[in-house]
Amino acid sequence: MRLYEFEGKKLFKEWGLPVPDGELVEKEEELITAGEKIGFPLMAKVQILKGGRGKAGGVKEIKDEDELLDFGKKIFKEGFPGRPVRGILLEKKLDVEREFYLGITIDELEKRNCLLFTEGGMDVEEIAKSGMVLKFYVDPFTGLKSFLTKGFFAKANFKGRLLLDISEIAVKLYDLYIKMDAIMAEINPLILTRDKKFFCADSRIEIDDDALARQKGNLEKFNIPVREEKEREPTELEIKAREIDQLDHRGVAGRVVEFDGDIALIIGGGGASLTVFDAILRYGGKPANYCEIGGNPTVKKVQKLTELLLSKKGIRGVAVITNVLSNTRVDLVARGVIKGMLSKGIDPSRFPVVFRVPGSWEEEGFKILEKYGIKYFTREQTMDEAAKFIVELLKKGA
Amino acid sequence: MAILADRNTRVIIQGITGREAATMSQEMLSYGTKVVAGVTPGKGGQKVHGIPVFDTMIEAVEKCGGDASIVSVPPLFAKDAVMEAAEVGIKLIVVLTERIPKSDVIEMLVYAESKGARVIGPNSPGIICPEETRLGYLGGSNPQKAYKKGAVGIISRSGGMCTELANILTRHGIGQSTVIGIGGDPVVGTTYTDLLPLFEKDEETKAVLLFCEPGGKKEEAAAEYIKEKFTKKVVVFFGGRFVDRMPGMRFGHASVIVRPGYGTTEEKIKLFKSAGCIVVEHYSEIPDVLKEVI
Repeated sequence: MRLYEFEGKKLFKEWGLPVPDGELVEKEEELITAGEKIGFPLMAKVQILKGGRGKAGGVKEIKDEDELLDFGKKIFKEGFPGRPVRGILLEKKLDVEREFYLGITIDELEKRNCLLFTEGGMDVEEIAKSGMVLKFYVDPFTGLKSFLTKGFFAKANFKGRLLLDISEIAVKLYDLYIKMDAIMAEINPLILTRDKKFFCADSRIEIDDDALARQKGNLEKFNIPVREEKEREPTELEIKAREIDQLDHRGVAGRVVEFDGDIALIIGGGGASLTVFDAILRYGGKPANYCEIGGNPTVKKVQKLTELLLSKKGIRGVAVITNVLSNTRVDLVARGVIKGMLSKGIDPSRFPVVFRVPGSWEEEGFKILEKYGIKYFTREQTMDEAAKFIVELLKKGA
Repeated sequence: MAILADRNTRVIIQGITGREAATMSQEMLSYGTKVVAGVTPGKGGQKVHGIPVFDTMIEAVEKCGGDASIVSVPPLFAKDAVMEAAEVGIKLIVVLTERIPKSDVIEMLVYAESKGARVIGPNSPGIICPEETRLGYLGGSNPQKAYKKGAVGIISRSGGMCTELANILTRHGIGQSTVIGIGGDPVVGTTYTDLLPLFEKDEETKAVLLFCEPGGKKEEAAAEYIKEKFTKKVVVFFGGRFVDRMPGMRFGHASVIVRPGYGTTEEKIKLFKSAGCIVVEHYSEIPDVLKEVI
């Protein structure tokens, strides 16, 4: 779960990391009061959960009240492209001498947390590729101790008080990272002002979704709500699918991503659903959604999900395709899909639908499918063949 | 010969009294796996399908011996379970548990490494050496339907695709030496580059099949290793090529996210090809391609 900049900075403050004086403005009416409190010139920063904000015009230096009102009113009225705006953070403008990138994240190949440091603020991905980043892999049992960071930054040519200051910042950032179960904590840019003080000018923190349960208390303490997020806002269909998935605890049936096509997909498991989606596209089909099932979901869940996917306008076919299953019962999936179709007034023997769900209870499942006149494939055929079948069936019908 | 385990490997199941672990232990017994003990703290003295249950790993190992363990405990207990297994000298630890916090994963992997133990997973479906032994739940209640002994090693980021791929090979008369689901998480104890050297040494294995996905850097490392050191044929299949066009979005496994600058299938495929691997478009083509090389 990603945090907003202002939320990350609450954590920074708590951990004693230097942040510029700032105020979060949530309404247009608060702009002037907050601006006066900070003092002009100041930096205004739109609070969204997405990178690339600076390039898109979400960060602006503001000279006076008029400029602040212009910028603020526009943001509050029109929003910001692609993202809901949580507010505008006003911060004291810093007298910048140098900018750095300082971050901690997981290196999946080394299987360790890694401290990353480089000069220059923007476009850290580019810098990373160029190989100019200094790295330090942290032993989880030693932690990131002061003597280690001092050695690290001495190699980056820091000396005297600046060496001590920046080493301390890295130690604190790692402590925050571990205690908050972060998988990413970045200060970009870390600014050195002309009077030789460091400031964390931005924060990018991501909390491990798998640790949210044990971080609940901490997040509440800092007034940070737990939220589900995607790269874009969920569609109505996706929200309803999630509700279906939460009907009961048995199995997964409702992680949906909506697309523009005409084939409703019910696919699984993790790797196979990726494979099926590729196959449908390759044969020239247009998926209406990505939707995984697994872990033996109940008939009711599958039924509701089928009803929901069929309710989308322009659906011309249904494909239920999975890998050879080990724990999901084929007969329950078949029952759920058929019930869903019938309750939407669709005759499964006349509507384009294909099943390729081999695994436990498959004999019972196949019997049900036969009874309702549904075309099915067994483990003797591949998922590719089933995907090809439905796509060609629809082509013929078109 | 299989890699990692064989019919003589003595297995302890951590968390054996859980509903799914109990079912799995029975399936493993009937496949021929030497399940010698189970461990669930607080439930020592019970039996699960005739397998003695102990409170601690040290008791289990002292009374019954043990070469490998399978961890099927709730996410927040997994770190302790893995470290306990490594501490008592278990050298192969297969972690089925998913959704373990990453900082716990890092601690348990580094600890196991310091004790000389290999960790498969987390979020792994396990390992199967067809007609020898099975550690985990690959193949469900009838693994013999999909898996057959033979010359192809399989390494997969997806559990379901292990069985799917073995199934299509078996249907075409191609057997498998060892099939490993490395786990769908970003950080796992064992990746392609750890397993390829074992397949290189294994005389029974003539070719290796990789099931890969977008996201992360594991495939890039594998391609580099293959180019420099691996002499057997490698066939590669990717699920999720479409994800390249949707950076930042997650599909399937936790590790399947393409980030700006890295993790695309396109780039990974390019590297595999330049390393001399055969990359197939449809997985239905795999049996024919493999028949040519083994």
